[in-house]
Amino acid sequence: MERLRNILFPNRLNGAITIAILALVLSAAPGVLRFLVLDAVFTGGVEACRAADGACWPFIGAKLGQFIYGYYPDDERWRVDLVFLLGVAGLAGLMIPRVPKKRLIAIIMASAYPILALWLLAAVPTKLWGGLLVTLIVSAAGTAGAFPLGILLALGRRSALPVIRYVSIAFIELWRGVPLVTVLFMASVMLPLFLPEGVTFDLLLRCIIGVTLFAGANMAEIIRGGLQAIPRGQYEAASALGLGYWQSMGLVILPQALRLVIPGLVGSIIALFKDTTLVLIVGLADFLGVIQRNLNDPAWSAPGTAATAYVFAALIFWLFCFGLSRYAKSLEREERR
Amino acid sequence: MSAIIVIEKLGKRFDQFQALSGIDLTVQEGERVVIVGPSGSGKSTFIRCINRLERHDEGRIVVGGIELTDDMASLSEVRREIGMVFQQFNLFPHLTILQNCMLAPVHVRKLPRAEAEDRARQLLARVQIAEQADKFPAQLSGGQQQRAAIARALCMAPKVMLFDEPTSALDPGLTKEVLDTMMALAETNMTMLIVTHEMAFARKIAHRMVYMEKGAIVEVAPPEQFFTAPADPRTRMFLGDLLTG
Repeated sequence: MERLRNILFPNRLNGAITIAILALVLSAAPGVLRFLVLDAVFTGGVEACRAADGACWPFIGAKLGQFIYGYYPDDERWRVDLVFLLGVAGLAGLMIPRVPKKRLIAIIMASAYPILALWLLAAVPTKLWGGLLVTLIVSAAGTAGAFPLGILLALGRRSALPVIRYVSIAFIELWRGVPLVTVLFMASVMLPLFLPEGVTFDLLLRCIIGVTLFAGANMAEIIRGGLQAIPRGQYEAASALGLGYWQSMGLVILPQALRLVIPGLVGSIIALFKDTTLVLIVGLADFLGVIQRNLNDPAWSAPGTAATAYVFAALIFWLFCFGLSRYAKSLEREERR
Repeated sequence: MSAIIVIEKLGKRFDQFQALSGIDLTVQEGERVVIVGPSGSGKSTFIRCINRLERHDEGRIVVGGIELTDDMASLSEVRREIGMVFQQFNLFPHLTILQNCMLAPVHVRKLPRAEAEDRARQLLARVQIAEQADKFPAQLSGGQQQRAAIARALCMAPKVMLFDEPTSALDPGLTKEVLDTMMALAETNMTMLIVTHEMAFARKIAHRMVYMEKGAIVEVAPPEQFFTAPADPRTRMFLGDLLTG
């Protein structure tokens, strides 16, 4: 009790700030609580929702399948489930420190898993993909592509060869200087114009490529910061031992540099995950896109529907991002040990 | 005996500054050469040219019959025969001492892991830090780190060892253990080029002393003569009170 008072009210000014913030939080709380819980409808159908002022939770329940799978046919949804399940298992294997054979798991996740996932999912045309499936695919594929691209660009930007250096700089600055929305419009509208007649190129794939290049340029700058923090002596010691360029980078420099920039990298992965919602602008039905489309469903028009849906979307995004950021924290703690 | 390092008319510029000029030096196999001189005299730059951590602008450097050029293949061939010990140790902080010692033998010499580990443990025992093998560099004292760095270089079984002020970053109390390690290494007839400020040590270990000033070699002499009757007045000035003759 004594400690709590010292933390919250150490002096008059801080005490006043504490009270002001508490008042602000408390003033918002009743409204939120009333909407989400007290006046909310938990069971029943759309009639119940139309009669109430609060959140319409049955809407989420009824549409959950679409939110997760988009328009993926019911009979084929096991494919998505299997891909999710394998992905979660693989990631858990990589993230839980006690699991052995990390290298093997990493190799499988980087090579066999994407091929298997693509093979499983591609039985249904990508036009029908949607919801959380598309959000996760765009962000996972984007991250998986952007990370190696970022490393190469960061190394390229520090290369002794002028051609490689200037190409890297130009590439990074081009993609960093353009908003993601623009990149996506380019991918969906302009890219097909450059392709020869008759060659079609999947919209989802185009968006993934756009997101990858965009995120790769961002990661390159973060990784470059890490490379710059490694003392010259490390480069010299590696060279003096006879290690070649790629060996020096792969065995000595990058393992140190990447550890230094874990917080920045996770930050950019979180940003990428949230930015994938922009693909709805070019007509992909990602998680948020599917939710928005369903708001137009006349069968579920009720006063609370839209707000409920957005709260739900925010909650799901927050869960993913919070989980990532906690994981990054634990990684950092482990590094400091 | 045959010459293992031949240096002719070596010159090096940093922009406008002439760091080295007209350096000639031939080092025989098994010979120990100690290079001294005031700071800024170019002795570190000189020794770093020998494994091309610095690129020279004039003259030529031939190590073990291979001339140092921009050719990467011959450069890496030369580098694996030259061990280098730095002032700042430059151990790899993300690897254990043992892993530091195994890295280059496994990835450059392509030694099997078991063999590389055996050799690393032997050499760590020789520099008397066998029990530190599984620790990370930051857990060791400066003297232990430098001995680990010496072991790491020796694991490549080099023909030549370069020492660039190996004790300058150490507390005085930790200097002796590193110098003792180097003395022990000298007994194996390793070819050694040493840049140092430890004059008593230099006198004991050197076959030949080299005095450098302003990027040039002023005097080369056997230690007895060097420390008792140096020929050049500049050397005499530098040695000052150390002169015993």
